[in-house]
Amino acid sequence: MRPLSQLKNHWQEQQLTGSRIAICAAIAIILTMIVIAQLVNLQLVRYEYYSAQSQGNRIRVKALPPTRGLIYDRNGDVLAENLPAWHIDLTPEQVPDIEDTLNRLVQEKLIRADKLDATRELIKSRRRFETIAIRQRLSEEDVARFAVLRPYFPGVEVRAGLARNYPNGSIASHALGYMGAISIDDKDRLDAATYAGTSYIGKTAVERSYEADLHGTPGRSEELVNVHGRIIRPLNSELSLPGKDIILTLDLPSQLAAEQALNGRRGSVVAVDPNTGEVLVFASAPAFNPNQFTGGISTKNYKALRDDLDQPLFNRALRGRYPPGSTIKPIIGLAGLDQKAATAGRKILCRGYYSLPGKTHRYRDWKPEGHGMVDLHDAIAQSCDTYFYELAVELDIDNIAPMLKQFGLGEPTGIDIGGEAAGLIPSREWKRANFRDQQDQVWFPGETVITGIGQGYLLTTPLQLAEATAALATRGKRFQPILVKAIKDSLSGEISEQPHIEKAAISGISQRDWNEIIEAMRGVITDPKGTARSIGYQAPYTLAGKSGTAQVFTLAQDTEYDAEEVTERMRDHALFVAFAPIEEPQIAIAVVVENGGSGSGVAAPIARAVMDAYLIPRELAGMEASAQ
Amino acid sequence: MIFIDDKRNSSGQSNLDYILQRLHIDPILLALVFATLLAGGAILYSASDASSGFMYGQSLKILLALGIMLLIAQINPAWMRRGSPWLYAAGLAMLAFVLIGGVSGGGAQRWIDIGFRFQPSEIMKLALPAVLAWLLHSRALPPSPLLIISTLILIAVPMVLVLLQPDLGTAILIGLTGATIVFLAGLGLIYIFSAIAIVGAALPVLWFFVMHDYQKRRVLTLFDPEKDPLGAGYHIIQSKIAIGSGGVFGKGWLSGSQGQLEFLPERSTDFIFAIIGEEFGLFGAISILLLYLAIVGRGFYIAATAQDTFSRLLAGSISFTFFFYVFVNSAMVTGLIPVVGVPLPLISAGGTSLVTLMAGFGILMSIHTHRRLLPR
Repeated sequence: MRPLSQLKNHWQEQQLTGSRIAICAAIAIILTMIVIAQLVNLQLVRYEYYSAQSQGNRIRVKALPPTRGLIYDRNGDVLAENLPAWHIDLTPEQVPDIEDTLNRLVQEKLIRADKLDATRELIKSRRRFETIAIRQRLSEEDVARFAVLRPYFPGVEVRAGLARNYPNGSIASHALGYMGAISIDDKDRLDAATYAGTSYIGKTAVERSYEADLHGTPGRSEELVNVHGRIIRPLNSELSLPGKDIILTLDLPSQLAAEQALNGRRGSVVAVDPNTGEVLVFASAPAFNPNQFTGGISTKNYKALRDDLDQPLFNRALRGRYPPGSTIKPIIGLAGLDQKAATAGRKILCRGYYSLPGKTHRYRDWKPEGHGMVDLHDAIAQSCDTYFYELAVELDIDNIAPMLKQFGLGEPTGIDIGGEAAGLIPSREWKRANFRDQQDQVWFPGETVITGIGQGYLLTTPLQLAEATAALATRGKRFQPILVKAIKDSLSGEISEQPHIEKAAISGISQRDWNEIIEAMRGVITDPKGTARSIGYQAPYTLAGKSGTAQVFTLAQDTEYDAEEVTERMRDHALFVAFAPIEEPQIAIAVVVENGGSGSGVAAPIARAVMDAYLIPRELAGMEASAQ
Repeated sequence: MIFIDDKRNSSGQSNLDYILQRLHIDPILLALVFATLLAGGAILYSASDASSGFMYGQSLKILLALGIMLLIAQINPAWMRRGSPWLYAAGLAMLAFVLIGGVSGGGAQRWIDIGFRFQPSEIMKLALPAVLAWLLHSRALPPSPLLIISTLILIAVPMVLVLLQPDLGTAILIGLTGATIVFLAGLGLIYIFSAIAIVGAALPVLWFFVMHDYQKRRVLTLFDPEKDPLGAGYHIIQSKIAIGSGGVFGKGWLSGSQGQLEFLPERSTDFIFAIIGEEFGLFGAISILLLYLAIVGRGFYIAATAQDTFSRLLAGSISFTFFFYVFVNSAMVTGLIPVVGVPLPLISAGGTSLVTLMAGFGILMSIHTHRRLLPR
C-alpha cells in the first residue's frame, strides 16, 4: 500500500495521464485526417490521372527467346537446324475464359485433346501476362483455318517462329537427341530468366548435354500496352543472342554407312579416332526420328515408340550391355603374354572342348571337331575357345579382370553425353560384395573358364568396346571419347576446339607383345583360316579385327513372344571389333548386332562398310594432295 | 477484492450485459473488432484471387487469435502487473536466443521453431509496455529523471536485440510503444522536445551507419518513385494507381483491375489497403479508417476509465500502438511515408501480428471488465 501522503498525488496522476491520453487521441485524429486528405488527393483530385494510368497504358515486358545453335558434323554438314514454323500463342491475361478457349481449340482440331492436361499445366506454370506457345508446327491448312476463326479467340494468336529440324531424319538420332517441352523437373534445374519465352529444351544426348551452349541468351522487349493487351508502341528492346553452334566429331558419310549396313537390325556401331577419342560413328538401331518430338509428340506416337519391342528410344551404343564374347580374346591374350603365362608361349591341342583338371564337365569350342594344334596367333585368328579356356584358367580371374579394366571395359568411358551404362567386369571381390547367399559369394573356377571367351558375368557397352579397340590400335594410348569437336560462337565466328582428354595409358607391356596381338588380329582378316577373312577382300588399307559371338541368356522373360519371335531373339549376338590402317590407325570400330548369329558373318561386313566410308575418301584426298 | 456485479444485476442490468461482464468481454470493442475482421475477410477474399483454401487457413488463424483474446481477457490486470517483469525477462531471453539459434528467413533471424514458428519480438510488443507500466505504476508521476533513465534502458535493450536480427521496422515500433508509455506517464515537455531533437540528430547517423541499402532505397523512392518505375518505385506507383483509379465509389468488389491483374505486388499482405481503395473507393477507405479510429477511441476510453496507473498506461499504449500500425500502413500505401514492412492490422493476411493484436485487445477487455465498480 502506498503511503497516505501520495493519495492526493494519485488523483493528480489520473489527471495527468488522462490529459496525455487525450493528446494521443488528438494525434490519432490528426494523422488519420492526413491519410484521408491523401486519399482525397489520389481518389478525387487526381482521379482522372490515375484512372488513365490504370485504364490506359501499361508496360509489358516480353521475353524474346534466342535462336538455338545449329549442330554440324565434322565436315560441316548440318545435322540440326531451325526452320520457320507457325505456332499458336496464348496470353492468359487476355483470354476471357481459358478453359472454354482450350476446349474450343480442341474442337477446331488446333490442339490435341490428349495434350490438354499438359497445356493446362504449362499455362499454370507461367505468369498471367506471359505469352505461351501452346501448339507448335501448324500446317498451312491450320494457319488458314485459324485466320478465319481468329476473332473468336481473343488472346490467342498464330505467330511465326523457329522449330528444330533434323534434315537427316533418324540418322544419328541417338547422338543428337531430341527436343521436348520443358517439364516441371526441367524447370527446377533451369534459370527461369534464361528460359523465359522458351518452351522447348534438349531432352537427350548432345541436345541435352550441350543445352547451355546451344540455348543462347534471351532478349526482351518492353511494350506499352492498353488494358486489353494491345500494343500501343514498343519501348526499349534488347535483342536475344543466338546459342552457340556445335560441331560434332561425327562423320556423316560413315554414320550413314553404318546405319545403312545395320539395315533395320537391332544393334549398334561405334567408331572412334584412336588418336583423339573423337567419336566418328555413333549409331544405335533402330533409331527414332527426332523431328517427331519437335513441337510435342502425340501420346499415340510416343506410346508406339516406347512400347516397340525393338526399343527405338533405347540408346544401345551408350546403354546397351552385351557380353563381349570373343572380341576380348586379344586382351586376354595380351594379359597372357604380359604375365608370361606358359600357355601363351606354346601350342596346345584343341579337340573341341576343355575340361577343368579332375572334372568331367566339357566346355565346348564353337568348332565341335576342334582346331587342332594352335598357338596364340592361331587361337585369336581362328577364335579357338579351348585355347582361351586354358589360358584363362592359368591366368586366373585375378589377372584377367585388371587387364580388362585397364582397357576401360566395365566402367563408363566418360563420353560428353550423360546416361552411360557401366557394364561389368566380374572379380572375386565383386562376387563377394554382390551376392546374398554365402555359397554364391565364392568365385568358381568354371566362371574363370567362360570369362576367357567373354561370357559369364562380363557386360560391356559398344562404346566401351570401341574405346578398348582404340587402345589396342594405339598400343596403349587411351582417350576419353568425345562427341563434340568444337563449339562455334555464331556471333563472333570464334571456334573453340574441345580438348582431347588423354586417359592413363596401358603401360608395362612390351612392343613385342603388342605386335604379336595385333598381328594375330591382322590374321583374323588375312589368315587362310581367319574367322573374318571374307571382309579383307580387296581392302585398300590394312586392318585388324576380332569377331565375337555372345550367347543370349535372357530367355525366361521372353515367354510371351510367339514362337518365331522367340527363336529370332534367342539367337546369339554378333559382334565385331576392328581398327585400320594397322600402321597408322585412324579408326577403331565396334559393331554389335543383337541376335545377329555370327560375328564374322553379320557384324564384320558392317565394320568393313563403315571403315570404307571413312578411310577411302580420305585416302583419295591424300592421293590427290600428293599428286598436286 | 469485492465484485459488486451482483448488486448491479439486481438494480436492473440486462442478463446479456451480466454474462458479457462475467466472461470479461467488452461488447463494444468486440463488435468493432468483428466488423473490421468481417470487412477484412471480404477484402482478403478479393486480394487472394478468391481462393477458398487461403480463406480457410486465414479463418483458422482468426479463430485462434480470438481464442487467445478471450483467454487473456480472463486474467486479472493485477496478475498481469505482477507477471510483467517475468514476461519481459523471458522475452529478452528469447530475443537473445533467436540471435544464436533462431531460424533465418529473408536474410534475418527472427523466428524460434518449437513445433510452430513464432517471433519473440511479437511477445516484446506486449511485454515492454507491460513492464514499463509496472515500473511507472509503483512510482510517483510525472517520472523523475532517474526513473526516465530506467525506462530508457528497459526500452533500449530489446530494441538493440531486435535491431541485431536485423529488423529495423520492428525495433522502431517497439521503441515507439515504449515512448508512448513514457509520454502517457506525463513526461515533461522539456524531455519531449530534447527527445525530438536527439532523434533529429540521430537520423543522419541512422542513414549512414545503420540502414541497409534497400532501406535507403525505399526512402529515396518515396520522393521520386518515377525514377525507377520497374524497380524500387514499382510498389508505390502501382499502389497509388490502384487507389487513385478507385475514385470515390471504387471499381467494385473483385473488380479492381490493378489488384486482380497482379500489377499490385503483395496485395494480400502489406498492400491490401490499396485493394480497399481500388475496389471500394474513397468511401470504403475512409470507412475502414473510421472503423479503426473507433477501435482506438474505445481503447482510449478504456484507458481513461481504468482505475490504476498500470492499467491506464498499458491500455493507452496498446491503443496508440494499434493506431500507429494503421497509420504507418495506410500512409505507406498511399505514398506518404517510405515502404516499411508493416501489415494493416486485422486485415492483412498472416497470423503472427493478428495474434499479438488480439492479445492486446484481450488485455484491454480484461482491464475494462475487472474494474471495481463503485455504486452510483
